Amino acid sequence: MTYRIIAGGTLWAFADLKQLMAKATPLRSGDVLAGVAASSAEESVAARMCLADVPLKQFLTEALIPYEADDVTRLIMDSHDATAFRPVAHMTVGQFRDWLLTPVASPAVLSALSRGLTPEMVAAVSKLMRNQDLILVARKCRVVTRFRNTIGLAGTMAVRLQPNHPYDDKRGIAASIVDGLLYGCGDAVIGINPASDNIAVLSDLNHMLDEIVHRYDIPTQTCILTHVTSSIGMIERGVPVDLVFQSVAGTQKTNQSFGVTLDVLREGRDAALSLKRGTVGENVMYFETGQGSALSAGGHHGVDQQTCEARAYAVCRAFDPLIVNTVVGFIGPEYLADGKQIVRAGLEDHFCGKLLGVPMGCDICYTNHAEADQDDMDVLLTLLGAAGVNFVIGVPGADDIMLNYQSTSFHDQLYIREVLGLKRAPEFEAWLQRMGLTDAAGQLTHHGLDHPLLTILEAS
Amino acid sequence: MAKDLQAAHAARLPENRNRALTALTDARVGLGRVGASMPTEEVLKFAYAHARARDAVHADFDVETLANALEAIGHRSVSVRSAAPDRMTYLRRPDLGRRLADDDRERLDALQTEGVDIGIVVADGLSATAVHVNAVPFLAALLPLLHSAGLTVGPVTFVQNARVAVGDEIGALLRARLVLVLIGERPGLSSADSLGVYLTHGPLPGRSDAERNCISNIREGGLVPPLAARKAMWLVNESLRRQLSGVALKEEEATLIGAAAEG
Repeated sequence: MTYRIIAGGTLWAFADLKQLMAKATPLRSGDVLAGVAASSAEESVAARMCLADVPLKQFLTEALIPYEADDVTRLIMDSHDATAFRPVAHMTVGQFRDWLLTPVASPAVLSALSRGLTPEMVAAVSKLMRNQDLILVARKCRVVTRFRNTIGLAGTMAVRLQPNHPYDDKRGIAASIVDGLLYGCGDAVIGINPASDNIAVLSDLNHMLDEIVHRYDIPTQTCILTHVTSSIGMIERGVPVDLVFQSVAGTQKTNQSFGVTLDVLREGRDAALSLKRGTVGENVMYFETGQGSALSAGGHHGVDQQTCEARAYAVCRAFDPLIVNTVVGFIGPEYLADGKQIVRAGLEDHFCGKLLGVPMGCDICYTNHAEADQDDMDVLLTLLGAAGVNFVIGVPGADDIMLNYQSTSFHDQLYIREVLGLKRAPEFEAWLQRMGLTDAAGQLTHHGLDHPLLTILEAS
Repeated sequence: MAKDLQAAHAARLPENRNRALTALTDARVGLGRVGASMPTEEVLKFAYAHARARDAVHADFDVETLANALEAIGHRSVSVRSAAPDRMTYLRRPDLGRRLADDDRERLDALQTEGVDIGIVVADGLSATAVHVNAVPFLAALLPLLHSAGLTVGPVTFVQNARVAVGDEIGALLRARLVLVLIGERPGLSSADSLGVYLTHGPLPGRSDAERNCISNIREGGLVPPLAARKAMWLVNESLRRQLSGVALKEEEATLIGAAAEG
């Protein structure tokens, strides 16, 4: 179906919904690389005007990627909840934006709506939104998940402690863990990106994390960020796995390039659930995503990268994850060229995930060949803190020496807590107090120089 | 004494730098804090490391110096460009970095080589600095190994603004049985000069990354060039013997290394 609009005395035409969505997307290098971006600034705004008039219902009949060709499209269509959709079923995309910004769209209303929305609807409305709209609406979406603590409560923000080491040296990893804990980090997860994919090494790291969490009775969960099949392998060998990790994307072909199918993800979740290791809840999955992965894998089907990304959240939410993390600036400048594009993408991803009912966090990050620096990360961290992000990443000094990119530091999370008054997951906050690391207000009080947690180093 | 030291630390900023941690990892642990924030010294150290990495990304590729150094060890070279016209375009358009500029393709084709065992491509990639520092030491170690194995080697081809896959096109034009691409890796804060070497058997445009083998982190302080050359030679021999490269070869390598570790 062709979409047309007259704007500024010009007739603009768009061949189909897929093209309309792509051209309505705020400029980013990945869409230019894919050849789907608007050819002028005017065309982009004309596309947005045209998209504003499209009924939300249209997304239920015009699939951007054919139902027959893609299991993510099938997942989206088959799991759509028509009853939940009813309150907004009569709206256009533009009307939906207006409605989302009103107080009628309360946290409870948005929570009830989430299963009635498809990723394409959510991506479409985000394209009409300014950054402040993305913040305002996301802030109203509450997605609370539990394993050994409670993540996503209003006024809280958790941190993944990311203690990576270039050759998985356990003492080096332990040093980063101790450092992070002393800064009050680790409530989202203590999660290692291993350098190795050898199952014996992975199992050893997993045992080490399990030992730390249990010895010090830390109300948090651990994760080795390895392929889902490796986690299943560990579980089969009796390794105490808390969370099962996987990178996922919004198309079947891209997921294939990651070596996963929806069935394998289901197996991974079942395996983790079988261990019954959660104490306050059963959210056992940890997913990572990021704009550009579909194009990078040649699996984008001509769909813009932001819409592909939103479709990845439909994959995530089918498996009730504890945490989902958009690794926003990791992929490089060919997909998100600079600080402005990274900031915009981070806000879009967080908004789309939250509106779909996904527990979104963000790895606020960049690589050295992007036009970005730590100032841009400060901006995005501040905006996502205001938007109510469920968690961010904590890397020693913001410098990941294994993955060779820059994220946010233990200091950065302290900064945003101080500016916005954000608390940690309540169980973890209470533990920090018991350990004498924080006061009743959550402020760090201990210098950490002779803290009992330093004994972690002796054991490792 | 320890107490005094602690008191001294506590008395000045950063009051809580944790030295018990810093010896255990290169990660930026134990930095101390001023209020919630990073101490000035650490902010500036970080900024310096980032500046060095940025400069490596944008450094000009000094082909002439490298070509002279190669000539000094008796090896000829040729210089070409990718289809990316400048550095900023290169960074945003990986597709252009994987292809040769049209006139350079014709030039290489006109060389009409009769076919060689090994094609060698030296590409700036994301860090010309890495190539400037490590390419010649690596080749100085590798070329004698190749020659003494009786393998023929084509002219070293320098490519500006290039990605790994450009080696497929060059290897095909040189009629090489396999191609080695030496390329500057994406600079990190701790190393801006890390070189990667990618091996592809039967180079042809359209080869996938799963059909390559990689040796990464080649630099002083990482995998030193002479050792990297020996690893590369092992891969070359195995690749030619089995007539393949990529995942299948990698699995065998892992098994051999695993067996060596157990034995």
